[in-house]
Amino acid sequence: MDKQSDITMQLDQALSARGTSIPHEVDNPVFTLDNVSVFYGDYEAIRSVTLPIGKNEITAFIGPSGCGKSTLLRSFNRMNDLIPGSHLKGTVAYHGTDIYGPDVDPIEVRRKVGMVFQKPNVFPKSIYENVAYGPKVNGVKGNLDDVVEECLTRAALWNEVKDDLKKSAYALSGGQQQRLVIARCIAVKPEVILMDEPCASLDPIATAKIEDLMAELAHDYTIVIVTHNMQQAARVSDRTAFFTAELDENEVRHGRLIEFGRTREVFSSPTDSRTEDYISGRFG
Amino acid sequence: MSQIQIHHQLTGRGTPLRDRVFMWLLFISLAIGVLTLAILLIYVTVKGWPRLDTRLFTNMPSVRDAENAGAQSAITGTIWVISFTALIALPTGVMAALHLEEFASPHSRFQRFIEVNIQNLAAVPSIVYGILGLAVFARALALGQSVITASLTLSLLVLPVIIISTREALRAVPRNIRDGSLALGATQWQTAYRQTLPAAIPGIATGTILALSRAIGEAAPLLLLGAVSFITFNPNGVLSGYTTLPIQIFNWTKESREEFQVLAAATIVVLLLILLAMNFVAIWIRNRTQKRW
Repeated sequence: MDKQSDITMQLDQALSARGTSIPHEVDNPVFTLDNVSVFYGDYEAIRSVTLPIGKNEITAFIGPSGCGKSTLLRSFNRMNDLIPGSHLKGTVAYHGTDIYGPDVDPIEVRRKVGMVFQKPNVFPKSIYENVAYGPKVNGVKGNLDDVVEECLTRAALWNEVKDDLKKSAYALSGGQQQRLVIARCIAVKPEVILMDEPCASLDPIATAKIEDLMAELAHDYTIVIVTHNMQQAARVSDRTAFFTAELDENEVRHGRLIEFGRTREVFSSPTDSRTEDYISGRFG
Repeated sequence: MSQIQIHHQLTGRGTPLRDRVFMWLLFISLAIGVLTLAILLIYVTVKGWPRLDTRLFTNMPSVRDAENAGAQSAITGTIWVISFTALIALPTGVMAALHLEEFASPHSRFQRFIEVNIQNLAAVPSIVYGILGLAVFARALALGQSVITASLTLSLLVLPVIIISTREALRAVPRNIRDGSLALGATQWQTAYRQTLPAAIPGIATGTILALSRAIGEAAPLLLLGAVSFITFNPNGVLSGYTTLPIQIFNWTKESREEFQVLAAATIVVLLLILLAMNFVAIWIRNRTQKRW
């Protein structure tokens, strides 16, 4: 190794240690994260993330288990607030407003930023009631038949369930349940949809359907997806953020953002060796 | 290894003596419980058989005329008392449990203090509730020996059990149902009211019915409240006098004449049938509404 590349590497590491390794602009950011760290009590699950989320783009968070990517995702709609002892440093700006600001109501944030979970968590109610629930709790009165039909259609589920709307949502298969959760989510008319490993419990066919659906939804929504599946990130996302867990000077593990950029570039020519090792399957 | 060697290894050593002894101990323990119940049931049914007829339901109690005595006022009294007990204890208990489980901060010292106390209350002997009811409801609030005094006292008795079983039912509702609701912009109250509580209803119903069937069989606190006199009329309001099945049974067993012992046995059968029916309903609700998450 010659001296020149040694210096470059040191420089890279110095840059990444600041948490702002890759300055990267998106045209029309919906979210702008600035130096965001999330703590559970004293434990810092993820440290100083600076990252924009582009409008109508699909942004994928990839990285090994325990790198804090799900934790970071849950800070976009303040779901971490529900975990006792969690708190956040830095700013999570949604169209310029810090959603952790003193006057912000987390309930209003969650109406703008929907979420799809790892395990399809349909409610123990009918298919119809699952979709109608969001509008109902948000004060929409009157007949919701049209909303239910529209959302189920958009979630590519209508044709499969239109005759069984009164049936329990538990009667559906795992993949159908996950599409129902997506329909339920868009019924609230959010701008952003967060997806926390939405295909983790699904078979390849159901996964392919969800991926097609995501591409379709990206025309109208901004999607952030956490995935363990590298091929999935490569297939569906516009931009990719790679995270990993690092030991700091006190030998404490915490998550770091290593690389962020256009998916094509992150996968074809990663700038950090750890990204390259991960996407080529050498660890994680 | 030869085939025979393998055969010996697989067929092994047989069941050791210790295992067999232990298995018999388990079986005997079970038999003691089941047999006691069976003997009890058979004994009272056989003894009460001559008087297990419609007179029990149509006639009023008496300590003189055993031939025409019935337990109608005790049956209606039991229904009155237990209905109001349910009416008071169920909403109070469910709301208390909802607060503890869904809204109170789980780590506060106050919360833990309340929790320990509810558990202790569930273990307090029923006669102590009788003393409390006598002092507070019958005397201080001057409700006297009435249906409402009995219902309030029995409500206190079953409240801890309802709170504990409701909390368990709420806790059994998976976290991700609550998360799903909150992520849609529902408030904590909407989530509790529209998701958690409905999903917990089977557990709440079962716990409540079992708690109420305990209350139905209680004689001690009611005796302390002064429900010893003979009541030969059905209750006509919450402030009306009353008698209940356990009290009627108690009164008849005090009588020396054999006919009244038979009458008591017949009334016990009625009480047991009501209890069995309530437990059956509890099991039915549980099986019918069983959820997979």
